Amino acid sequence: MTDPVLSVRDLRTHFFTRAGVVKAVDGVSFDLAAGEILGLVGESGSGKTVTGFSILGLIDAPGRIVEGSVMLNGTELTSLPEAQLRARRGRDISMVFQDPIATLNPMLTIGQQMRLAINAHEKLGRRAAEARAAELLTQVGIPSAEARLRSYPHEFSGGMRQRVAIAIALLHRPSVIVADEPTTALDVSIQAQILYQMRDLAAQTGTALIWISHDLAVVSSLATRLAVMYAGRIVEQGPTATLLRDPRHPYTAGLIASLPATSKPGEPLAQIPGTTPSLLSLPPGCPFAPRCARQTPACTEEPALTIEADRGWRCFHPVGQMHEEPA
Amino acid sequence: MLGFIIQRFMQAVVVMAVMSVIVFCGVYAIGNPIDIVIPPEATEEIRLNTIRRLGLDRPLYEQYFIFIGNLLQGDLGRSFVYNVPVLELIGGRLPATLELVLISVISATVIGVSLGIYAGYRPDSWLSKTIMAVSVLGFSVPSFWVGLILILTFAVNLGWMPAGGRGDTVEILGIEWSFLTADGLSHIVLPAVNLALFKLAMMIRLARAGTREIMLTDTIKFARAAGLSEATILRRHLLKLISIPIITVFGLELGSTLAFAVVTETIFSWPGVGKLIIDSISVLDRPVMVAYLILVAFLFVTINFVIDLVFALIDPRIRHGASA
Repeated sequence: MTDPVLSVRDLRTHFFTRAGVVKAVDGVSFDLAAGEILGLVGESGSGKTVTGFSILGLIDAPGRIVEGSVMLNGTELTSLPEAQLRARRGRDISMVFQDPIATLNPMLTIGQQMRLAINAHEKLGRRAAEARAAELLTQVGIPSAEARLRSYPHEFSGGMRQRVAIAIALLHRPSVIVADEPTTALDVSIQAQILYQMRDLAAQTGTALIWISHDLAVVSSLATRLAVMYAGRIVEQGPTATLLRDPRHPYTAGLIASLPATSKPGEPLAQIPGTTPSLLSLPPGCPFAPRCARQTPACTEEPALTIEADRGWRCFHPVGQMHEEPA
Repeated sequence: MLGFIIQRFMQAVVVMAVMSVIVFCGVYAIGNPIDIVIPPEATEEIRLNTIRRLGLDRPLYEQYFIFIGNLLQGDLGRSFVYNVPVLELIGGRLPATLELVLISVISATVIGVSLGIYAGYRPDSWLSKTIMAVSVLGFSVPSFWVGLILILTFAVNLGWMPAGGRGDTVEILGIEWSFLTADGLSHIVLPAVNLALFKLAMMIRLARAGTREIMLTDTIKFARAAGLSEATILRRHLLKLISIPIITVFGLELGSTLAFAVVTETIFSWPGVGKLIIDSISVLDRPVMVAYLILVAFLFVTINFVIDLVFALIDPRIRHGASA
């Protein structure tokens, strides 16, 4: 593997609320190679979205990155002054959000919004900026792009709006795009289209993607690598095929078992018992232990990262490795 | 869009018709202007003549239709007291009110929205907290009292500003204006501040509430993720997104202040329409009262209509909804 474009090390983002400190992201590390697609999977509240925002330095008060490093193309982002960070957002790294209806400004035309995004990083004349915008819209599959620049967001369908958002994210050919469940709010038929289109666009432009999703089925058809998050940590990561075929962490195994495709028709879907713990009162040690069938007294300690070839996991009693379990 | 305009126009006509009936009946229900118009020692003959001349001997509905007939020909009647056409009377006073109200409402809006955006953008800074504390004062202190205190402080004790009147005026297009002379401007300052205080407080609160809400939305986060600077985000995104309630309140405040700047105009002896209406009420000058209230109704109908058009202009969703 060549040098990663994005390297996240021991990232911790905490929210200092009145009820206590919420450790939304608590020690996340991963690398992203150029052109790679990393699927970041987890339940709601596992910290996937906060991880995405932390990478871009877009954490609002009362939240704050308390520790860790985010290296983008060799630049440390967490210690960068806001002005320099802003100059990288949208140019070197950009983001696509979950709900396209909420992300575009309803009172500005698509063209105006795209020009704002272009002019944030380079001073282009109106003509040139519009040409660039139209080119991007065509690339994401919006017909008669020139004319559509004068349309307002409400004149587009949800899927089309998301394409516009993707076009905006792609405007400056960033090295990384964080896609935060960009297809969740869309019709299933549109979902697949956008999914594969984004994969192709990323491949064409050499852009690496972090694809955040709660839907393992969606991500696994797209991502080259998977990182499974639970309670603010990555509990397991590795190449998609390896992880799906041979999961180590019981949580990953549970997620895979609950996929409809892996269940027999007519039988109830497998579930992971219990619910996600409150981030305010995490149990000591492994956060998944209370829901885990393989839990032992050892699990009250924080499991260290086990690395094996191109994958890693955090568990004392990994699945499929019974022989290695300590006596 | 045309259908929308026609529909609003019909609504306006109905509102004006209803308004004229209410105003006419309401004003005619109080007092007897004859006792004020003629001296107490006048003979019965003079008295009856005056009643006939003013048309007060006819039944109310007849008086109403005569009034409406004249109104449609642009004649709003003659003042009982001054014996000049009412329109001339109101028209002569309107510029004074207009300049005072426009200056105070516009500056209240510009300053209020700026302060409100700041307070909403940095809710925890001490400056924001000061702004909000001052805005509570602006809401809760009665306007007449503020007026008196302003006079007492800046006119009487410090002697910086004159206490009342319009000061020097210059004539432009046949109308006298104060705000174009240094002396006139110094006369406007205190009443304008007095009028603006409440509106300022309201604009601060509106802008702050809007800003706090909008800044947390995905629209702003997405703009930040695209690398837009905070100044661009505030100017190009936020300002438009919070503008609808601000324009609504601006219009309503403009109307109600134009119509009812009575208290401030009285305290600062500002020769505007507010003072005219108060004087007319105290001498039961019915034509002035009726004409004034009808003009006010017309003013509000017009302002609301303009506001709707402005909405359609700035918000594409309304524009397209209206044309559909």
